[in-house]
Amino acid sequence: MRRVYVNEEWCLGCHLCEYNCAFANSGESSMVKALKDKKIYPRIQVEEGDKINFAVSCRHCTDPLCIKSCISGALTKDENGVVTIDHNKCVGCLTCILVCPYGTVVRDGEGAVNKCELCLKNSCGSPACVKGCPNRAIVYEER
Amino acid sequence: MMKHYVIIGNGTAAVGCIEGIRTVDKESPITVVSGENRHVYCRPLISYYLEEMTDIEKMKYRKDSFYSDNNCEVLYGKHAVAVDKDKKTVQLDDGEVLNYDELCVAAGSRSFVPPFEGLDTVEKKFNFMTLDDALALESAVEPDSKVLIVGAGLIGLKCAEGIQDRVGSITVCDLADRVLSSILDSECSELMSRNLEEHGISLMLGDTAVRFDKNTAYMKSGSEVDFDVLVLAVGVRANISLVKDACGEVNRGIIINNRMQTTIDNIYAAGDCTEGKDSSDGQNRVIAILPNAYMQGKCAGVNMAGGDETFDNAIPMNSIGFFGMNAMTAGQRPDDAEVYEEKSDNRIKKLYTKDGYLTGFMMINCAERTGIYTSLIRNKTPLDSVDFDLLKKNPGLMPFGENYTGKKLGSVV
Ligand SMILES: Cc1cc2nc3c(=O)[nH]c(=O)nc-3n(C[C@H](O)[C@H](O)[C@H](O)COP(=O)(O)OP(=O)(O)OC[C@H]3O[C@@H](n4cnc5c(N)ncnc54)[C@H](O)[C@@H]3O)c2cc1C
Repeated sequence: MRRVYVNEEWCLGCHLCEYNCAFANSGESSMVKALKDKKIYPRIQVEEGDKINFAVSCRHCTDPLCIKSCISGALTKDENGVVTIDHNKCVGCLTCILVCPYGTVVRDGEGAVNKCELCLKNSCGSPACVKGCPNRAIVYEER
Repeated sequence: MMKHYVIIGNGTAAVGCIEGIRTVDKESPITVVSGENRHVYCRPLISYYLEEMTDIEKMKYRKDSFYSDNNCEVLYGKHAVAVDKDKKTVQLDDGEVLNYDELCVAAGSRSFVPPFEGLDTVEKKFNFMTLDDALALESAVEPDSKVLIVGAGLIGLKCAEGIQDRVGSITVCDLADRVLSSILDSECSELMSRNLEEHGISLMLGDTAVRFDKNTAYMKSGSEVDFDVLVLAVGVRANISLVKDACGEVNRGIIINNRMQTTIDNIYAAGDCTEGKDSSDGQNRVIAILPNAYMQGKCAGVNMAGGDETFDNAIPMNSIGFFGMNAMTAGQRPDDAEVYEEKSDNRIKKLYTKDGYLTGFMMINCAERTGIYTSLIRNKTPLDSVDFDLLKKNPGLMPFGENYTGKKLGSVV
């Protein structure tokens, strides 16, 4: 399956991916409406260092700890291997955040959690973070 | 070769076991003996059900077709009463006898109710372990009910949160001097207590009921508490008797090795009924949490079907919230550990390190990316291989170095 991979040497640390993520998942048609004066909960996060920066999002692990640990059965793997969350079932216990070794599950600001679903459930169709990255520091491909 | 698998219990560990078996053996029949007369549901959600954050349909742990998809026969409402390890049979309470080639005991735990004097005079009394318990409690409470909950552990307090909007008042008592005493230290507990009290829960700590007379509880301290509804959440005990009676080794739980085998051939065990190694300190203990039940069940299933899997990094861990305040804990906190602390009004973070390893942590309201710390405990990562000074302040991947991030973010994991 295609996943989002990082080219650390190219990341400028511009955080555009975070904004594009929040916008793509907002359901709004304008970026201003989606983001202006709002606290955003992006499912990708940029880490900045002295020498390098990189953006971290769900690895869609082959054997995901989050799914095995989910107390509400809300996290599952779809037939393509994408780790998805059913918001109807999530009660916001945060056990997935407690176990994800990459720190890629985030709170949604409304009592449940969110995670990267590769923009397959929103209108974007493929990861908005990758589409909007000015430097190809994140790519969406098969490895 | 076709085998016949039998699983005793129908909770998370049983589901893990079924899914584990099916990764290896797609054909052989599986019989599940389900004491509860219900499709498998998320036990931890029974309080969320009362809070109306979920419903019976949504709280199913797997979809309706799960058993048929996996060629399982489920015997609902039946209990296994004895295992004959020589004949390789399981006897059920209705007299039926099942043959097995491989057996998994996934029988969970049950409420432990100490012999309180006068308990039989109390009309409305409940445990809080099953969906049926929650439904019974739901129909017993009324908007002006005075509820007394004995036990300020995870289960008692979750129950309190669940019914808070449905009753007049709730008092929770516990012999321990603090709430959640099994996972929190006094400082974190204090913060949680304040939060509970701010949300209308009355706490009576260091005190417990010793005697009941109808609607009155007589407390150890000498005081009296009037109530309409009583919930007993004093503690739980692992269901070990089936294996014990078959002469398998048991302690507080059924003893298992890292392949989930009991000391009896062809009998495995998984979940809350077991006692295995806690990898955070090497001690044997019951780790009664859902993630553990699933992972143990899965491992047992793979091995029952002839695969080869070990599960040797179980650690105690919990993420639990009450009225919006989250507590996260993992691993152990040895007395001689070094502690890194951050504290502010509504937030506490404590990391415990010893001999160059992170052994445990305790957090209130600081959930973000905590799993990175949990992974240090689970993977026994030597702290000198990461930039721990950076990491202890902010959980992130940068402190692991370029080798690690290159691999984890640049390939399939
Ligand atoms: C209120 C509450 C809140 C919780 N919250 C959390 C939480 O937030 N996070 C967390 O990780 N864990 C939580 N837990 C614990 C979690 O529910 C358990 O760790 C998990 O359910 C264990 O799964 P299991 O399959 O081992 O056992 P169980 O889910 O207990 O399943 C065992 C089943 O076996 C059946 N059984 C027993 N004996 C027999 C027999 N002889 N024959 C046939 N059937 C039998 C029982 O009826 C039961 O249905 C909570 C538990 C409760 C009660």
